[in-house]
Amino acid sequence: MRGAVATVMVLAWRNLWRNYRRTLIMLAAITVGIWAMIFMAAMMRGMTDQIIENTLNTLPGEVQLHHLDYRRDPSVVNRMPAPSAALREALAAPPAVAWAARVRVPAVVASERDSRGVVLLGIDPQREAALGSLPEKIIEGRFLEGIDDRGVVLGASLARRLETGLGKRVVLMSQDPDNNVADRGARVVGIYKARLQGTEDVFVYSGLAVTQGMLGVGSDVSEIAVTADDYRLMGDWYQPIARVAGAGVEVLPWPQLDNFLDSLLRVQDGFSLVFMVVIFLALSFGLVNTLVMAVFERIREIGLMQALGMRPGLILAQVLVESIYLLCLGLLLGNVSAWLTIKPLESGIDISAVAQGVEKMAMGTTLYPALVVQDMVMSTIVVLGLGLLASLLPAWRAARLDPIRALSRH
Amino acid sequence: MSEIICSDLCKTFQQGDEVITGLNKVSLKITRGEFLCLSGPSGSGKTTLLNALGGLDTPDSGEIQVGDYRLDQLSKGELADMRLHNIGFVFQAYNLVPVLSARENVEFVMQVQGVSAAERRQRSDAVLAEVGLAGLETRLPAELSGGQQQRVAVARAIVSKPELVLADEPTANLDSKSAAQLMDLFVELNVERGITFVIATHDIRVMGYARRLIRMQDGVVVSDEQQEPHAMDV
Repeated sequence: MRGAVATVMVLAWRNLWRNYRRTLIMLAAITVGIWAMIFMAAMMRGMTDQIIENTLNTLPGEVQLHHLDYRRDPSVVNRMPAPSAALREALAAPPAVAWAARVRVPAVVASERDSRGVVLLGIDPQREAALGSLPEKIIEGRFLEGIDDRGVVLGASLARRLETGLGKRVVLMSQDPDNNVADRGARVVGIYKARLQGTEDVFVYSGLAVTQGMLGVGSDVSEIAVTADDYRLMGDWYQPIARVAGAGVEVLPWPQLDNFLDSLLRVQDGFSLVFMVVIFLALSFGLVNTLVMAVFERIREIGLMQALGMRPGLILAQVLVESIYLLCLGLLLGNVSAWLTIKPLESGIDISAVAQGVEKMAMGTTLYPALVVQDMVMSTIVVLGLGLLASLLPAWRAARLDPIRALSRH
Repeated sequence: MSEIICSDLCKTFQQGDEVITGLNKVSLKITRGEFLCLSGPSGSGKTTLLNALGGLDTPDSGEIQVGDYRLDQLSKGELADMRLHNIGFVFQAYNLVPVLSARENVEFVMQVQGVSAAERRQRSDAVLAEVGLAGLETRLPAELSGGQQQRVAVARAIVSKPELVLADEPTANLDSKSAAQLMDLFVELNVERGITFVIATHDIRVMGYARRLIRMQDGVVVSDEQQEPHAMDV
């Protein structure tokens, strides 16, 4: 049997190069198809990554801890104690790389001209910096310097709406745990610019301790955010944190915190698969044609092999192996060319000229294509699976040839 | 494979609206070591009979016993196995695989049989030398003359030591000298190895080599005679 398999493999390889021009054309088509699959998947994944990361960076964190009722009513009433030593230890355990506790309550900010409903974030700037959740750019003034910093940092858009600016005073108002108004005056010490205008309008930053003092909640916090290396590798690494946090605290990973983002990721995977299948279905017509022609040209030979005692199964295998060689070569070339073209672009493609308004989709104007192994594996499976399926027809026809008729073919 | 017995073989072909008789109640017995020629004009049924004996074609009715095998009762796969292990074929048009060298063409059958690489090499080189092609083992069919290609085909037919070789018009594409050399080789293999040869031909010079000559016409055996063989006069 090993000898027969070796014969089939040798014959398939040599037959592949008998009409090398036709083989090269088909190989080029498969290579371009595979390149297109992976390149488009990388672009789409880059877009999705950006949307997810931008959204996570405004929440932020891949896992969040809240009071059980906080998500239903994000008021100061639904707060939790500052993390205990045990919880701090769990929050710092790998793969978690950073965490931050914050007060996050609905509030009103008023200037002498206007007032707006906002989300007041009482933060620890050092911890938030480690978490990667600070505003993208401070365009005026400075950011908060510590938890006791009495200043506030507003978004550029909000500052415009309030007709206020750097150095001016604003009033922050919210409710304390007893439903009394809690307020304080604060000076605008910085104006930030975010990727999304909505972020600038909504989030107002204040020192954690100062905010806790204003609300009269002691050291309690509304939210603890934790982040790890890669949002895609969510797994269940947050379970030990949940165990230490106890029953009164809800610990949720981002797919549960934001169903839309989770769905987006799933839709993207599904769309990539559909896209790959459509591209290869178009290619498979060429593949079938190539193999049908190859079989047609070798009818006498196939008849001869059958006459000499080669079983139909081995004839079928010979055509399929020929197809596998072609597909594998295409996969190799397609993957390498995709890698070579995507890697240099991973530092970003400026799409500002063609992508006005993309920030509404939580995207920036620079697209970062993301080449991931999953897409390469998916394209390999699609190409080999559909390619073999498409090759079955010519292979089956070859195996079914009548040796007498085949041998008498001129 | 001691002998071949055919009983009442019938085979018809449909050509358009016309039904053509290939074999009409052909019965014959071929014993081991015979050197037999099937002769007759085109359409007489000699190739049809040869194909039936080789398990390449199945008769509409009748029985074929080749050694221990009832060919008319075997499946396609079993027929392939029977051909692989028991019968050598030599065709009119050489029928070599163009992408394989002379040696690889000869090794082909053994490779499918699962013979080890070392034994394949040793046997193929020996048989190529035996048919006068030593030194040409690595040449592709396109680099060989017609006579040399037919010798490669003969080497391929005998390398797995079959007891029966079926040859269909083996000299049709050869010049007289190459044809005579080929027939001499057949006779030598028949005498020295005891291989049974059944050759379909309408070449009168080839018929001269046969010890038994069967004449066919319209699918019927019209004569079956023993004769004194004589070599071709080149």
